[in-house]
Amino acid sequence: MVKELRANEFDTLVKAEEKPVVLKFTADWCPGCKQLAPIVESVAEELEEEIAFYHVDVDEELEFAQQYQVMSIPTLILFKNGEEADRVTAPEASEEVVRDFSSQ
Amino acid sequence: MYKTVILGTGPAGLTSAIYLARANMEPLILEGPEPGGQLTLTTAVENYPGFSDPVMGPELIDTMRAQAKRFGAQFKTALVKEVDFSSRPFRLEADGLGEIQAESVIVSTGARAKMLEIPGEAENLGRGVSTCATCDGFFFRDKKVVVVGGGDSAMEEALFLTKFAKEVQVIHRRNELRASKIMQDRAMNNEKISWIFNSIPMEILSQNNQLTGIRVKNKETQEEQLIETDGVFLAIGHIPNTDFLKEAINIYPNGYVKVEPGTTNTNIPGVFAAGDVQDQRYKQAVTAAGTGCMAAMDVETFIETNPLK
Repeated sequence: MVKELRANEFDTLVKAEEKPVVLKFTADWCPGCKQLAPIVESVAEELEEEIAFYHVDVDEELEFAQQYQVMSIPTLILFKNGEEADRVTAPEASEEVVRDFSSQ
Repeated sequence: MYKTVILGTGPAGLTSAIYLARANMEPLILEGPEPGGQLTLTTAVENYPGFSDPVMGPELIDTMRAQAKRFGAQFKTALVKEVDFSSRPFRLEADGLGEIQAESVIVSTGARAKMLEIPGEAENLGRGVSTCATCDGFFFRDKKVVVVGGGDSAMEEALFLTKFAKEVQVIHRRNELRASKIMQDRAMNNEKISWIFNSIPMEILSQNNQLTGIRVKNKETQEEQLIETDGVFLAIGHIPNTDFLKEAINIYPNGYVKVEPGTTNTNIPGVFAAGDVQDQRYKQAVTAAGTGCMAAMDVETFIETNPLK
């Protein structure tokens, strides 16, 4: 299960994490997010040893999303050593695309 | 091998699926990167018959899908990358599924949003440039946004955005709107919406990954104007999703599939097209559903009269 991340957990769960972290910005009203969810879920399970995955609900954490200039969802942001390394908005909903993005 | 494979899950593909599943043709429906198609990006649909109260676009699609499933239609998520229609059975190469063989194919892949193709657009997509107000409007609470376009979808986007944004400006290249009277009136009567006519977007500007404005040129005076804005929503029409079919069936230069008038026949017997992918004129949910029904009936006749040996 990809766990939810709240903004106040960012420092401990993302900044301090040695593994790369993928944050998925999402909301329950977003059709693209619904399609991406099972794909991220499956890739997260597969890469669980190497990469940490969390989802951020923009309804709950709008300020946090804005801080990271997320203005469209679904958006995936890859963090390495606590810094943004790459991001993709509305990626093609395929495991290959999500796997390649996450493990680059 | 499948008797029929349907590409796309908008109202055209789903209507085909309902008819063909109900006729025991066991259709396989392949769902692409925008499941449900354009309807899932809209809000209240007021002109689809059968609903005296507005129905939400995504809900309408879910209901159609449930209706197709009820009769045994099978859905898979896969994007078709290549097709070979040179002999039967037809072969389709789908991402993640490999080769699929089919006696007949319905192309109902719909259309995707057209972009302006101007500087600053691609790099700000998802950072202020959007093709879907219902998806992204949320992020523009109390901000200033512009909508580019003059048709019904532009009016709908503008009206939807007034729920969040403090100011919505519509930029249109002509001096009159193409939208239907009812949608024009609604937009014109909304005090949050203002209008910039006769103007062509030239460049989208940003600073530190933050969208700051859009530069437009007045067609008559040739004067350029910088409009400060936090978001640019594009509603300038759609491009049919036919790139993967270019070598396989006859396609018009603008990307629409050529069909024999009054039918859904393409130039390849056994390959049919329905919905926006072949509709240059009407592009409504109900016309898509209508041609989806036609395609299903064309498939049935084709399979009956052209059995594979």
